[in-house]
Amino acid sequence: MIVLEKRPQPSKAWSYATPLVAVLATMVFGGILFAILGKNPIQAIGTIFWEPLFGEFAFYYRPQLLVKGAPLVLIAIGLSLGFRAGIWNIGAEGQYIMGAIFGAGAGLAFYPLDAFYVFPIMVIAGAFGGWLWAAIPAFLKVRFGTNEILVSLMLVYVAEQMLASVSLGLLKNPEGFGFPGSRNLQSYESAHNAELIAGSGMHWGVVTALIAVIFAYVLLNRHMLGFHIRLTGEAPRAAKFAGVNPARLILFCLGMSGALAGLAGMFEVAGPSGQVSIDFNVGYGFTAIIVAFLGRLHPVGILLAGGLMALTYIGGEIAQSQLGLPAAAIQVFQGMLLFFLLAFDLLTNYRIRAARNEVA
Amino acid sequence: MTTPLLSLQGLTKAYPGVVANDQVSFDIGEGEVHALLGENGAGKSTLVKMIYGLVKPDSGTMLLRGQAFAPPEPRAARADGIAMVFQHFSLFDALNVAENIALGMENPPAMGDLAARIREVSETYGLPLDPYRTVGDLSAGERQRVEIIRCLLQDPKLLIMDEPTSVLTPQEVDILFETLNKLRSEGTSILYISHKLEEIRTLCDHATILRLGKNVGECVPAETSARDMAEMMVGSTLQTPERSGREFGEVALDVSGLSVPSPSEFGTALKNVHMTVRKGEVLGVGGVAGNGQDELLGVLSGEITTAPDAIKFNGQPIGKLGPTARRKLGVLTAPEERLGHAAAPDMSLTENALLTGSVREGLENNGFLKWAETKSFAEKIISAFDVRTPGPENAARSLSGGNLQKFVIGREVLQNPDVLVVNQPTWGVDAAAAASIRQAILDLAAKGTAVICISQDLDELMEISDSFAALNEGRLSAPRTTTGLTVDEIGLMMGGAHGMEVAHV
Repeated sequence: MIVLEKRPQPSKAWSYATPLVAVLATMVFGGILFAILGKNPIQAIGTIFWEPLFGEFAFYYRPQLLVKGAPLVLIAIGLSLGFRAGIWNIGAEGQYIMGAIFGAGAGLAFYPLDAFYVFPIMVIAGAFGGWLWAAIPAFLKVRFGTNEILVSLMLVYVAEQMLASVSLGLLKNPEGFGFPGSRNLQSYESAHNAELIAGSGMHWGVVTALIAVIFAYVLLNRHMLGFHIRLTGEAPRAAKFAGVNPARLILFCLGMSGALAGLAGMFEVAGPSGQVSIDFNVGYGFTAIIVAFLGRLHPVGILLAGGLMALTYIGGEIAQSQLGLPAAAIQVFQGMLLFFLLAFDLLTNYRIRAARNEVA
Repeated sequence: MTTPLLSLQGLTKAYPGVVANDQVSFDIGEGEVHALLGENGAGKSTLVKMIYGLVKPDSGTMLLRGQAFAPPEPRAARADGIAMVFQHFSLFDALNVAENIALGMENPPAMGDLAARIREVSETYGLPLDPYRTVGDLSAGERQRVEIIRCLLQDPKLLIMDEPTSVLTPQEVDILFETLNKLRSEGTSILYISHKLEEIRTLCDHATILRLGKNVGECVPAETSARDMAEMMVGSTLQTPERSGREFGEVALDVSGLSVPSPSEFGTALKNVHMTVRKGEVLGVGGVAGNGQDELLGVLSGEITTAPDAIKFNGQPIGKLGPTARRKLGVLTAPEERLGHAAAPDMSLTENALLTGSVREGLENNGFLKWAETKSFAEKIISAFDVRTPGPENAARSLSGGNLQKFVIGREVLQNPDVLVVNQPTWGVDAAAAASIRQAILDLAAKGTAVICISQDLDELMEISDSFAALNEGRLSAPRTTTGLTVDEIGLMMGGAHGMEVAHV
C-alpha cells in the first residue's frame, strides 16, 4: 500500500519542480487525449508549444503572446497578493471591465483634444475604476463581515450590465451608424495605447505587468506589509498576535488587485481591443485566477505561468485551425495543466512511501 | 501466583526517526492501580495506544489473562474489557450527557433506559451527573465524569486514564480518587498515566517508569520518595530554579475593572479583573483550563482591546493599543498555542523571529525588512536558549514542541521586556527544558521585569511566582503572596470543586 507522509518541512526542490512535472504530465496525458481523438499526439503537442514560438508564422504569434499574457500577469499579480493572505477576490473580471469603462470614458471625455496628458489620465482613471469595483466587497467585508468571494463574483455580472449599457448609451460612438460600441481609441492618437516598438506586441500594459511583477516581488520578500500578507495567509492568529490589522489588509489587498485588474482593462481597451463594446471582456479575470495558482502565487512564477497560459491559448487556436482539434479538447488540455499542478503540489508537503505491513 | 490481568512483553514501536517504545515489559494485576510514569515524550501515550488498539506494535506480545491479545482496533479492545479516558475530551458541547454517551456506543439503548443506567452507575461510583444536562454547561471536572461513566457503562476490566487530573482543581482530584479507589475495591484494574508524583504516591500500588521509550524501573510508589521517582524519570539529578531574594519596584502593570466578552463562541468572558504587578515580581495565575486564560493573554497582548484605562503600563493607559504599540512600550507576551498563534508553522525561524521582534530589535527600516539582522536575532535566540535545530532557515513546525517553546519564550525574553506575560510556558516541554525556561523567567524578573505567568501547573506556579491568583469562570481572585499558601486555599481560589457534589457511598 502507498501512504502519504507529511514532510517535517516543505521541500524546496519539489516546490520548484512541480510546475515542470505538471507541464510534462499534461503533455503526456494531453497527448493520449489527442491520440484518442485520432490526431497525431506529437504533432498536436508540437503545434501547441512550438508553433507560436518558433513556427513559420511565429513573427505574428510572438507579439500575440505578449498581448494575451500581459493582462493575465497583471491581474494575477494583484490576485496573488490577496490569495496569499486568504482574501479571495474572484471578481477580477468585473474590475477589469470597470477599468476599461473608466479608462475609455476618461479618454473619450477629452476627444478630440490632442494632449500628452490624456493617456496618463486614462491610466489613473482605469486603475481607479478597478479599485472602486473591488473596494465595494472590501468595504462590505470590513464593515458587515460579508463574504468577499460572493460579493466580488456577483459584481462581475453587474459590471457586464454596465458594459452593455455604456456600449449602447453613454459611450456609444456618435458617428458609429447606430452600431453599439464606443469610438475606436486606436484612431485617437492621444488615447491610443500603441505598441512601443512596432510589431513587437510590446505596449504599456506589458511594461506595467513587468513592473507589477518586480513590485510584488519586493513587497512580498523585502517589506513588512508583504510579510504581514504572507503571515495572515499562513497563520491568521499569529498575524493578529504580530499586530496585523486585518481590516487594513483586506482594503489593501482587494484595492490593489482591483486597481491592477482595472489597469489591465484600460490598457486592453485603449490598445489591442480599441473600443468599449458589449463583448469586450473575454474572461481574462477568471483565467488569471488559474494563472495565479499555476505560478504558485509567486511573482516570478506568475510571469512564467502567464506566458505558458498565453502559449496554450495561441497554440490551442493554431491546433484548432490547422489540425481541426475541437475547442473543448483544448480546454480539457488547459484544465489538465491546472489539475496536475495542484495534484503534484502535494509532493511539496508530503512524500510518498510504500507502507510496511504492520504486524502485531 | 495468579495470572496478571494484562501482561506486556517486549513491546516495541518505532516511528521514523524515533523509537517510541523499546522492549517495554510489565504486568498489571487484577484490581491493581498501576502508574505509568514518564516525562513528555517518554512513550507513555504510544504504549497505551497499543493496549487500546489504536497503534500496532512492531514487535512484542500482550497477554490478557494469559491469552494472546492483539486488538486490531479500539472496538476490539473495548470488547475485551479495556476502556480509556483520554486527556482531551471528545464530547459535543451542544448535546446533553446521555446523547453524548449514546454516540459512543455500538447499540445504544432507548434514551430513557440509558439515562436511568447513567444515573445508576453515577450514583454507585460517587460521580453524580444529570444525564439531561447540556455538556456545554458542564465544568471540566464534570465533563471528565461523562467520559468516565461512558467507560464504566462497558463494565471494563482495565480502565486506562491519561493524565486525568491535569484539568481538575485539588478538591476535584480528591473526588476522582475516591471513585478510583472504589473501582479498585471491586476488582477493576486501572492504568494511571501521570507525571504528578504526589498523586501517584497516594493512589497507585505499582509504578512503571518510562524514559526515552524504555522501561527504566519499577517501584512501589508509597515506599519511594517523590524525588527518587523524579530522578528515575528524568535520569539525572533535577535542578530546582534558583530564586534570590528580590525587592519589588513600583507598579509596572495595573489592570483594574477589566471586563471583555470573549472573541470566540465557546470562550469565557473576563469579568471585572483587577491585578497589579510590580517591577521584579512574578505573578502566577492559576486555574483550570478554559476559565479565561486565553482571553487574559489576548487582553494583555493587545489582540483584544479594551477601555483605555482598564490596563495601565507605568501609569499610562494602554487598553486601546494594539500589539505593536504595546511591544514598543515594552509589554511582551508569549501565547500558549505555539503553532499557529505564537509562531507560524510553515515559516522559517528567521521569519518567526521577525514576527514579534521587528519593533524592539529594529528589524525594519521604513517598512523594509532587514533580513540579515533578523537572521542574527534568530541565531541569538537559538544559541541563548539551546534550541535544537540545524539552523534558523528551518520551518517552525519542524521543531519539537519543547524546542519551539524555548524559541518562543526566548524571542520575548531577549527583547528585554518591561512586562512579560506568558501562558503555559512549559506545557509539553521536557523537565530539563522546563527548568531552563523557568530559570530564564526568574532571571528576567531579577533584572526588574514584571512577569505574569499564566499556567495550569500548580507546582510550576508555586516554584516561580511571588504572588498567586486564580482564574475561575473569567473572574480573577485577589492575588496573595505565594509563601504559606496551602493546597486547600489554592483549590478554593480555583473555584473549589466547581459546585460538583460528592455522592457518599
